[in-house]
Amino acid sequence: MTTTQHPPAEPSEVRVVDKAQYALAAAIGVAGAYVIYDATTLRKGFADQPVQPYAVPYVVGVALVLLAVLLAVATARGDVAESEEGEDVDLTQGSDWVTVGKLIAVFVLNLALISWLGWAITGALLFAGTAHVLGARSIVRSLAIGVVLSVGTWYGFYSGLGLAIPAGILDGVL
Amino acid sequence: MGSFDLLMQGFEAALTPTNLLYACIGVLLGTAVGVLPGIGPAMTLALLLPITYSVEPASALIMFAGIYYGGMYGGSTTSILLNTPGESSSVVTAIEGNKMAKSGRAAQALATAAIGSFVAGTIGTLLLVLFAPSVAEQVVKLGNPSNFALMVLALFAVTAVLGNSRLRGFIALFIGLAIGLVGTETGQPRLTFGSPLLADGIDIVVVAVAIFAIGEALWVASHLRRRPLDIIPVGQPWMNRDDWGRSWKPWLRGTALGFPFGALPAGGAELPTFLSYITERRLSKKPEEFGRGAIEGVAGPEAANNASAAGTLVPLLAIGLPTTATAAVMLLAFQSYGIQTGPELFDTQPGLVWALLASLFIGNALLLVLNLPLAPLWAKLLQIPRPYLYAGILFFASLGAYSVNFQWFDLLILLILGLLGLAMRRFGIPVLPLIIGVILGPRMEDQLTKSLAISSGDVSTLWGEPVAVIVYVVIGAALAFIVGNGIRTLSRNNNQKKVSA
Repeated sequence: MTTTQHPPAEPSEVRVVDKAQYALAAAIGVAGAYVIYDATTLRKGFADQPVQPYAVPYVVGVALVLLAVLLAVATARGDVAESEEGEDVDLTQGSDWVTVGKLIAVFVLNLALISWLGWAITGALLFAGTAHVLGARSIVRSLAIGVVLSVGTWYGFYSGLGLAIPAGILDGVL
Repeated sequence: MGSFDLLMQGFEAALTPTNLLYACIGVLLGTAVGVLPGIGPAMTLALLLPITYSVEPASALIMFAGIYYGGMYGGSTTSILLNTPGESSSVVTAIEGNKMAKSGRAAQALATAAIGSFVAGTIGTLLLVLFAPSVAEQVVKLGNPSNFALMVLALFAVTAVLGNSRLRGFIALFIGLAIGLVGTETGQPRLTFGSPLLADGIDIVVVAVAIFAIGEALWVASHLRRRPLDIIPVGQPWMNRDDWGRSWKPWLRGTALGFPFGALPAGGAELPTFLSYITERRLSKKPEEFGRGAIEGVAGPEAANNASAAGTLVPLLAIGLPTTATAAVMLLAFQSYGIQTGPELFDTQPGLVWALLASLFIGNALLLVLNLPLAPLWAKLLQIPRPYLYAGILFFASLGAYSVNFQWFDLLILLILGLLGLAMRRFGIPVLPLIIGVILGPRMEDQLTKSLAISSGDVSTLWGEPVAVIVYVVIGAALAFIVGNGIRTLSRNNNQKKVSA
């Protein structure tokens, strides 16, 4: 969960600049600017309200903008991020952003369809789809596990926890 | 009534057949999910949070105690049997533990970890029972300014003291504070993008599940190991006389190191486990074995890890301050029942707190009884095909976020924050300050408002209480030390550059 403990990289001869980090700095700066903008839209609260609603947002927004500038400066000076390691993470290979993109697509499909089709269907599709994207060989098997999981959790929530997950088009069937 | 009587009542509440069953389920679930690679104790708790929604608070917290200790124990099993630790707290255990496993002593490594966890967990919980009520008694007397100061200290500590890039720590903290701003708490919509769905703020459960589970799953997916890891087969854990003789002192020393560090605002388990490792290496009669699988190197750090976990419950229960990711998720569990955490907890919810404390002892004992025989089964979990594992994490994370309100909108927030979690892992931004920022941000604003309302706007009230003054002095001293250190390294680097030029 935390960053791994490595000694900071020795300053090498060639200065490596992590260009993607500029994008991160820009995003943080924009977020900070938006927080400040949002604070300006707030009206003055009651006279007896000692901390005005916009006070804390101003502090947070300004801090974010400042940190974005600092990050950009640090990046230019050759600061490189230490990506997080883990049991199944192999940092020696390049990043596989195509897989991540496909996972996001499956995820978006789930949240777009869940109100209509219901968790019992979209949950199964979510599991099968992500398993397939991640390299599961048999799509039939992934689907079967997905259906068992989604229908199982639906009934588990219903009878075990007394929570009825909206059933979508299967309303009355489940 | 003394603490002892209250604790006995707690045992009475926790030992009913129903609650004992929940404790068992918690320990088994926690261990099973904790063993799974890529899932640490914090994510285990976050993923299992929805299960507790409709269970009675006492039973749910008892189950949570089991999940808490089970998840930690499961994590150490993973780091011993696989050679890459998933948790920063089990990095040290993995050093000697994996070497032992490779040389055919996996059973002994698991046994010393399990028994050491039990010893440290039991002593740690005992210390918790001794200290937490008296700490709470003192803290409850403090005014709003002191509470505000303590929160500032907690935020400062997890941000500036832990982790190795302070810039990234502060970035995480302020992103967390910004997320905490969302909502209409102050009477006007802040950062809601005009959406009524954001009026109540972003549910912290959704934030935790997104950052821990979705972020992690996406990050692993982008770097999935193509070659499976070597898993060391293991039989029944056991130890011979010699192993016992070499283990018991490291267990006690590890406990002594772990508990105080855990109880400090910036404690965590990294430092005490590391210190324990160094201590054992120095004290060992066979230092040559270190680096080749010394049992002391597993026993000490593993005990330190568990004792510090018990220690983190002191600030959590006595002050309401979470200082680790796992404690932060525990706090969410309290909040999801509408239980007000803080020093009043011991007064307002004595039955609940003492049942929880009693169940920590029970969970610990159950863990030992269940896990020693089940170790070979847990080891099999490590072979779960990775596509199914990570698809399963995404599945249960989605279910968890969806079950908060049954709204697709929560899944959208889950995805957006999950992408934030992915970016944080890519850029080495620590997760903990963000989570603590989301939790403490609104509470800090509340304390600040209350302080200034009492003093009718006079800002000097913030340092008008002795405890607050002490806390600010401590923060100031730490800041001065950090800045001084930074300047020294900078000038040293510049000198080196001049020399090399």
